[in-house]
Parts: sequence; C-alpha cells; structure tokens
Amino acid sequence: MARSLRPARADDLGLRRALSDRLLPLLVAAMTFLAALTMAGAMAAAGLAQHWRGGAATLMTVQVPTPSGDVPGNPPGGGTRFDAVARTLAATKGVADARPLSADEVNALLKPWLGVDAAALSLRLPAVFEVRVDPAAPPDAAALDASLAQAAPGTLVERSFDWLSRLTSLAASLQACAALALLVVAFVAGAVVAVATRAGLAARRDAIEIVHGLGATDRMIAGQFSARITRLTLTGGVLGLVLVLPVVLGLAQLSAPFQNGETPALTPAALLAALPPLLWAALAALPVAASAIGWGTAQATVRGWLGRLP
Amino acid sequence: MVRLDGVGLRYGGADGPAVLHDLNFAIAPGGFRWLLGASGAGKTSLLRLLTLAVRPTSGRLEVLGAAIDRAKRADLPPLRRRIGMIFQDFRLLPHLCAFDNVALPLRLAGRPEGQVRADVEEMLRFVSLTRRSEARPAELSGGEQQRVAIARAVIARPKLLLADEPTGNLDDAQAGRLMQLLIELNRLGTTVVVATHSQALVDAHPGRALVLEDGVLIGDGPSERRRRNLHGADWAETAGDVR
Repeated sequence: MARSLRPARADDLGLRRALSDRLLPLLVAAMTFLAALTMAGAMAAAGLAQHWRGGAATLMTVQVPTPSGDVPGNPPGGGTRFDAVARTLAATKGVADARPLSADEVNALLKPWLGVDAAALSLRLPAVFEVRVDPAAPPDAAALDASLAQAAPGTLVERSFDWLSRLTSLAASLQACAALALLVVAFVAGAVVAVATRAGLAARRDAIEIVHGLGATDRMIAGQFSARITRLTLTGGVLGLVLVLPVVLGLAQLSAPFQNGETPALTPAALLAALPPLLWAALAALPVAASAIGWGTAQATVRGWLGRLP
Repeated sequence: MVRLDGVGLRYGGADGPAVLHDLNFAIAPGGFRWLLGASGAGKTSLLRLLTLAVRPTSGRLEVLGAAIDRAKRADLPPLRRRIGMIFQDFRLLPHLCAFDNVALPLRLAGRPEGQVRADVEEMLRFVSLTRRSEARPAELSGGEQQRVAIARAVIARPKLLLADEPTGNLDDAQAGRLMQLLIELNRLGTTVVVATHSQALVDAHPGRALVLEDGVLIGDGPSERRRRNLHGADWAETAGDVR
C-alpha cells in the first residue's frame, strides 16, 4: 500500500465540491473591482482638492485694461496704469508676489478661445498680473479692490476662493460617498460569503455531523470552512485586482493633466508613478481584505450553525 | 464509566415526544452489555445519548466520568474522541476513501501522520480491506462498508465502544470475527454496548443485557434469562449491579 503522507490541504468535509471555485471568486472579483474603482475615485478627488488648495487658493489674477494709458489725475510722466497697479500690488500687505505675464503668455492663454494668435487679430490686450498671496495672511479683498480701482479704474481682480471652497466641499462629499460605497461593498461581500457558506453547510450537513460525533471541535470544522473560503475569496480578490488595474491606470492617464499637467508615458516606471503610493498600497490590500472578510464571515457563520449541535 | 439516574429524553425540547423514560442503570469500566428490545423501543436513542449526540432532557447522565447533563459544550469533543460508535447505516464520509475514513478519528485526535498510516494499514489488514483502501464507500459492498465503519470505530482504542446492529450486513464468518474483536477489546478494558435484534448472536455470546420496551428499561441482567421470559418479568435487576 504505497500511500503518500496526508496532503497539506486535506478535505475531510468534501468542501472542494460543496464550495464551488467558480461563482464565489467571480462575485468577489466583481466586489474587488468596484472597491478598487471607488478607492481610486476617492483618492483622485482628494488629490485634486489638495492640488486646488495648494495652488489656486493662493493665486489670483489682476487684469489691467489699456495698460499703457495714463492714470487720470496724475501729472504727465507720472506713470502708466500698468505701473500704478504694479506699485499698488507691491505695496499691499499679504501679496507675496505679483508677476506680470509676458505678451506671449497672454497670447497662449487666449489662443484656445480665439483659435489664432491674438497678435494676428490686432487686439488690444489687457496686462495680466499673476498674484500669489500669503496663505497665512491674505490681503483684505475689499481694500485691495478699492486700491486697484483708484490706481487704474476698470482693473479686474479674479479670485478662485469662492469656487474653490465649493469644489473642496464637493471633493469631501465624494470621499464620504466613496467611504459609504466601500462599506456597502464590504457588507455585500460578507453577505455573499455567508450565503455561500450556508450552502456549503447544507450540502455537507451529514459529513459535519459525523465528524462532530467523532470529536471534531467547532474550531476544526470552522477552520476547514474558513480555509476554503479564504482561498476562494483571495483568488477572487486577486482576479478583481488584475482586471481593475488597467482601468485605474487608464483613468490616471486621463486625469493626469488636471493634477500635474503631464500625461504619463506608457513605461512600467511611469505607470508605477502614475498612481500615488497610498493607492498602490490600498489596491494591494484589497485581496487581503477580501480574504479577511471571507475568513471572518465563514468562521461566524459556521460557528453559529454548529452552536445548534450538542 | 456509564451511569444513568432517572434519565429521560424528548426530541424537540420539553414539549416533544418522550422516547426514553426514567432510565436507571450503570456500567462499570470494562463492562459489557447487550442492548435488546423491539424496533422503536429506544435502543438507538439510548446509544445517541451515550455517544453524546444528544443530551438528556431530564435526569443525570455520566459518561467516562463526566456529567454530560451539566458539561460545557466545549468539554464534549475530547470525550467523544474516547467513544467509538458502529452505526447501523455505517455513516461513512462518501467523499473519502476507506483509508481516510478509518484515519479520521486519529487525525481528529492530532496523531502524527506517520503513526496514522501505520495504524490504519494494520486495521485495514485486520478487516481484510487492504486492497480496497483507496475505494470510496460508493465503490464498496455493504459488508465492506460495515467493516470500514468498524475499523473507524475501534482504531483509536476507545474507552467506550457502542454498536448499533453491527453484524447486520456481515456474513457469519465476518460477524464471528467482529464479535471476537469486540470481546477482545472488552477484555482489554473497553466498555462495550451492542444493540442487536439477533438472538443467535446473543446466544452465541452470553452476557448481561439491557432490555428496553417503549423507552422504558425493563431489564438489566444476564442475557440467558431473556430466552426463559420474553416479557422480561424477572429482569428487574438492581441498577447498582454494574458488572
């Protein structure tokens, strides 16, 4: 009787047939796919909000129509409207930097709307200052507006604070929705595992009662179920991750211009850098989380069922 | 070893039908009992009590020194591993081969795999199933399945061995070998209880007998008397006479 030693994955309860290796992994793969997309969306929203807060919140633009014109009330040679605005900005507390854009930069800004170079249309363009404010002590908006109107009437100030606060709220709401969606996905995954485990218990009721009668503890029986379920959910988690990665990387390609203005190249290093390290870690943790949900749910379901036996 | 004081059993809780009533008897360590009675008398229910498959709904039940009626649930599995049971319907695991079915009690007890293999091979040799060790129950005849069930019940050298119609699917020679095995185990100190309808078997191996009728114990005495008085009128032995 040439018989090898007992295999490491012994199946005393016949769970390989009772718990199919097809449906449960596919369902868990779908859950993992949804969870990964949700996490990627939440982190993208958080990144955009951070980007906006760090950049746009400290920026404003000042447009000076007819920049070379004289300032009313000033003596001839007292300087142009451009000079008056530049002096006012330099003297305002809370303005960290005020840089006039070059003609080329203004042309580049307008080109998408005009379709051609503004110079070719002989338009009289305003001067534009890119003003960076001190985020800790920004200038008083009303006082600055009044100063600029006095220095060069018709000067326009465009601030991003108002829409930025709305966008930040939107991003926070998106993150809260994503967290809720993750909870729902985890709950559904747990429910799917519980249903599969109950089906396995029903299919192997006799076998369980026999090994229970032979002296198997709840821990032994629940351990066999949870080992099988953990393998299936881990498989599903890895499958879902493999399926979702191209999608997430594709979305990262699409959203890159909004984050840092560059579209990542299709090289392994660039793809690796396309996602934040935290998202990589979260994605890698998904199969582990799926198997943990599987293990815990199977243990609870089987132990609850066994509690009816003496 | 086994002691019942006023034990009753109802299935389905306190309002369920009563299947055993006020049982009082004791079996000392190393004792032997036939368990006799007509179909429906309660033999299988009594065996289920003794294998700890159910708990009594009234009275005191002591098995292997443990008070089963009061024991914690977690304390029962180690006790069950010291009890062997040969079921009338074999109760083999259909997805496991004969070898793995027989090995199950040893594996549940955590024995090293090398020792499991040696013990199972020896036991399969004893029941003449060496060549069928890889066969699953569906591939075995009724007699072969019963021998696998017997091997599984005795392989862990249980302190208490219970058998429900153990010779039902065996020919005379195999039945004789089984009884010799049970007697040998009993001689080595295992307490044995055998439920049977076979008067021939009891006559061939006289011993003390428990007689049940409608869930009531009507006799606990030498089996020879049953032939003299089938109504059990003179079976009222004292429960304290435990051998």
